[in-house]
Formats: sequence, structure tokens, C-alpha cells
Amino acid sequence: MAMPMESPITFSNVGKIRWWQRGIFASQTGYVLLALAVLLVIMHFASPYFFTEGNMQNVAKNFSFIAIATLGVTFVIITGGIDLSVGSMMCFSAMITSMVMTELSTPGGLGASLFVHMAADGKTVLANVPGLILLVSILAGLGVALIAGLVNGFCIAVLGLSPFVTTLGMLSIVRGLGYVVSNGRGSFPGGPDADYFYALTSGDVLGVPVPFIYLMILALTMAVVLHHTSFGRHVFALGGNEKAAELTGIPVVRVKIEVYVICALAAGLQGIIISGWLGSAPANMATSYELNVIAAAVIGGANLAGGIGGPLGAIVGCVLLEVIRNGLVLAQVSSYWQQTLVGVIIILAVLVDRIRSRMT
Amino acid sequence: MTKADATPVLELTGIGKEFGAIRALHDVDLQVFPGEVVGLMGDNGAGKSTLVKIIAGNFRPSHGEIRFAGSAVHFNRPVDARAVGIEVVYQDLALSDNLTAAANVFLGRELKRRFGPIALLDHKSMAARALELFGELRSETRPDDLVKQMSGGQRQAVAIARTRLSNARLVMMDEPTAAISVRQVEQVLGLIHRLKEQGVAVMLISHRMPDVFAVCDRVVVMRRGEKRADKPIHETSPEEVTALITGAKEAA
Ligand SMILES: Nc1ncnc2c1ncn2[C@@H]1O[C@H](COP(=O)(O)OP(=O)(O)O)[C@@H](O)[C@H]1O
Ligand SMILES: [Mg+2]
Repeated sequence: MAMPMESPITFSNVGKIRWWQRGIFASQTGYVLLALAVLLVIMHFASPYFFTEGNMQNVAKNFSFIAIATLGVTFVIITGGIDLSVGSMMCFSAMITSMVMTELSTPGGLGASLFVHMAADGKTVLANVPGLILLVSILAGLGVALIAGLVNGFCIAVLGLSPFVTTLGMLSIVRGLGYVVSNGRGSFPGGPDADYFYALTSGDVLGVPVPFIYLMILALTMAVVLHHTSFGRHVFALGGNEKAAELTGIPVVRVKIEVYVICALAAGLQGIIISGWLGSAPANMATSYELNVIAAAVIGGANLAGGIGGPLGAIVGCVLLEVIRNGLVLAQVSSYWQQTLVGVIIILAVLVDRIRSRMT
Repeated sequence: MTKADATPVLELTGIGKEFGAIRALHDVDLQVFPGEVVGLMGDNGAGKSTLVKIIAGNFRPSHGEIRFAGSAVHFNRPVDARAVGIEVVYQDLALSDNLTAAANVFLGRELKRRFGPIALLDHKSMAARALELFGELRSETRPDDLVKQMSGGQRQAVAIARTRLSNARLVMMDEPTAAISVRQVEQVLGLIHRLKEQGVAVMLISHRMPDVFAVCDRVVVMRRGEKRADKPIHETSPEEVTALITGAKEAA
């Protein structure tokens, strides 16, 4: 069927949306970024110590410790879901990673014969390439995250349970399993590969903390995935109008499962990195971190109703939280105020967004 | 185009549908020709939506046969119907407000460019094609604007443009003018004319008599699951159609 090409359309009565009314300029992320810039200037004048290299490294490292998980939960939030199990997931993945690492490095341990053996003089010798134990243990840690993410996704997408309830259950299940497998004691990275582990999680490259480097790589990847692949487009469509997404033939179930898996993997990776910095994976590690992570995502502009969010917002939210925390520390304000302030900021950010969207 | 020389794009014979004890449709015969606009009218519960859903592949008919472009078809799912060229424009349901017009038009069938193992969205081609489609529909809609910011008429244009992607041969519209302003109703009726010009058959489900009389070539009236009338629009009147809908007149 040949379709005649009409003359180009003229836009006589439809005004063009101006640049400042679209994109980042019209988003919560945009003005939270502005608020952050103002805050940085204030901090600069309030404390000469704030912009020193040491403090900046500190800030960069600290916000990287929740930002990777925030990227993950942002995927879920864009689809209109929520994942409360990220804090527990961080702990469990970290714990499994260091337990597997220690186990594989102990002659006589489960499966350890493949990786190490005892030399005649009683020293442990690597039977394999250096770093292999580390690789296997990190894969194990991420593997349990993958399983938890699949279970979340299955319950929510296939069984139709509410994301809030499902992931609240998972929060408890995973935390409980962490206590079970470690007898409540937590675990410690150990063995010949532990040094690599510390280098990869809490080292730095030319003064830049490695967690920050991972964060940047993952954030850029996320930006490409969200805005330049059909998966990303379907994530947004799902959050915008799930019924429409289904009618247009988007594989809704698959996309939903995928976002919960991504979120769990991000949380697992985050936990593994934190445990490298802590030097251990205690059973109460990252307790209630889900609140910080979700708060950072929401402050950065992800909409819990779905359809809006992105990596820039996730990072801006994390930086804002960390700068405030850092500022309060520098100002020698009691750290108890920090939590109160975070709550106030969450409500303020959402409130300002509401007022702004009423005005336009 | 006269009816005699064309094969009907859609031909229903003896279509019936029971939901348990409820007889929603009984012995419906209907033909729709290319480029024809058929108005489907009837009171609530008359069976219009059930008929549309059978044609769109949401339900299987209990009795009867569906022929599409001359051959018998059996749809198990809506995708099967879409595959042969049947599209449904759902009133509000099928647009994502947070995406652009172009993104909505191509939702679920995005154009991509391969870079080695990864396929990235081809934003430029999609925007260009969407602009072309809006041009054909003579709708002043910018591909890069968010659907959220659009008028009811523009939203309809986006929904209708979707159907043009796949070269649909039959477009069914469920109450497209129910919730929009007078000026936008005119736009939507204009869009229906554009489809007709391009040889697409349109089935318009509407409660609004003026709209049906403005764009339809033929009106079909349903009552209690049966087809009570099927007349060229110029051989009937709003009064007669109203009487048929309410049952004041049994059949025509
Ligand atoms: N899924 C269903 N299950 C049972 N009964 C149905 C179903 N869908 C429609 N019906 C019945 O079929 C009849 C026709 O309904 P419908 O096609 O929705 O009418 P209309 O769209 O013309 O208002 C009604 O009596 C309705 O209750
Ligand atoms: Mg109906």
C-alpha cells in the first residue's frame, strides 16, 4: 500500500516546548543538583577543610558505598516497584564472598583441594593461578544475589505479589540466612587472595578510590541502557503505564524480573565492596541501608509512582546525603541529627517537586 | 469504491459468544470493506465490546467463522490478530505518559542499530518515521514531545500512528471521542478520514450520534447481542438509529 507523502507539517498552534521546560531543567534531579552546588559553595566558606583532597576522597568513597546499590534500586523504582531487601542483600553477598574465600583457602576446607594444598613444611600453597579464589568467591556472592533477585522478581511479576511485601519478606529472609550461615558471627575475607580483595575494594588508582571508579563505569552503562536500548525504554514504559506496556506487547514479566535481578546484583556488589573496606562482613552489616538507598534515589528525583529516574539523580541524591553528613561532622554537630535531617530533606525534595509540577 | 467489486477485509458469519449462561452475541453476520468506515452502535451490554474483542483476538467465538481478507482465521491471542493487520486503538490505555510521542509509536517494536553485539535505539529514524506518520495524519504533533504534555487529539494521533506502523488493514477504535473537547473531536474524525483515504477499514465504536453520522459510511446497530440494523448512513437518520438502539424499533 503506497502512502502519499503529505507536505511537511506546520506547527501553527502547538507551541514548541522550550529547552528550560524539558529534560533535566524541568526535573527534580535538576534542581537538587542546583541545591547541591549551593550547598558545596556554603560548605567551602563554612569550613576550610571541606575542599581539601583528603576530605574530598573521603566524601567520594563514602557516597560510592551506597551509590551502586542506589543505581540498582533506581531501575526498580522506575518500573514503579520497590526493593526493601537491598540492605540485607549487601550483607549476605559480602558474607558469602568472604566465607567462600576463606573456605577455599583453607586446606581441608570444602572444595579447597582444587585451589590450595598443604606443602611439606605446613604452609598453604596455591594450587592454581593467583586470583582464582577471589574470582570464584565474588561469583558466589553475586550468585546468591542473583537467586534472591530471581525469587523477588518471580513473586512480583509471575505470582503478582506486591513488591513492598515481597521484598520486605526477602529483607528478613536474607538477613536471617546471614545469621544462620555464620552462626551470627559474620565472616572475614581470608587466604592468599585477601590482599587482592582489599586492593580491588578499598584501594585507589592515582588517588581516586576504586569504588568511585566502579560507580562511574556502572552509572555510564546504566545511562546507555536506560536511554539507548529497548530494555531501558520498556523499563520506563512499564513505570509510565503498565497496562499500555502489556497491550503493546512488551514482555512485562521478563522486564520486571530483570530489574529485580539487576537491583539484587547491584546490592550484592555494593556489599562486597563495603566488606573490603570494613575488613569483615559482620552479620549486622548494612542494617537499614535500604532506607538510605531509597532515600537517595528519591531525593535525586526517582519517582516512587514509577516512570521517572536515572543514574545522575541516583548519584546526586547520594552525594547530597553524604555532603550533608560530612558537613555535620565538620561542624561537630551530633551525628544523631543527621538522620533527622535526611528525613526533612526527603520530604522537602518531593514537596518542591510537587509545587513545581503544579506551576507548569 | 463500490462494495460489489471488492473482497471484504473482514467477514463474520454466524458469530456467537456465550459466557456461561449469558448469551453475549448471537448469530452476527458482518462485512467490512477496505476504506470503509463502519459505526458500531448499541446500548450498554449490547455486545459491542465482546464483538471487538473477538475480532481483536481477546476472546474465541463460541460459534461462527471469521474471515480476514478472504481467508479463515483463528486468533488465540491479540498478537495473532495484530500479525494479520488488525489494530485496536484503546482509548486511554495504550500510551505511556512519561515517554515521547515517537517512543510511544514504536513501543515494543523499536528500530535499532547494531554495534557489534549490542543493539542501540535508532532515535533519529524513529523520530523521522513518526513525524512522517503524524504528517500523513495531518496532526501537529512533535515526535520528541512527551505524551504527558499533549492534548487529547494529539494523544489519539499518537495511538492511531501506532496502527500505521504495521500497515494495519482494519483499525477498530473504542470510544475515541468520549473524553475529549469539541475541537479535538474534529481532529480525531479528521484522523479517521486519513485512514479511510489510505484504504484502511475502520470500525468506530461510539455513543455519539453526531460523530457516527459525520464520518461513517455505514452504521451497524446491536441490541441484546444481535445485529438489528446494518444500513448505509444516507439511508437512515439519527432518529431511526436511536429507535433501534433503545428497542423502540425492532429492526431495520
Ligand atoms: N468476560 C465476560 N464474562 C461474562 N459476561 C460477559 C463478559 N464480557 C461481556 N459479558 C456480557 O456480555 C454482554 C455484552 O457485553 P458487552 O459486549 O460488554 O456490551 P457493550 O460493549 O455493547 O456494552 C453483557 O451482558 C455482559 O455482561
Ligand atoms: Mg462496552
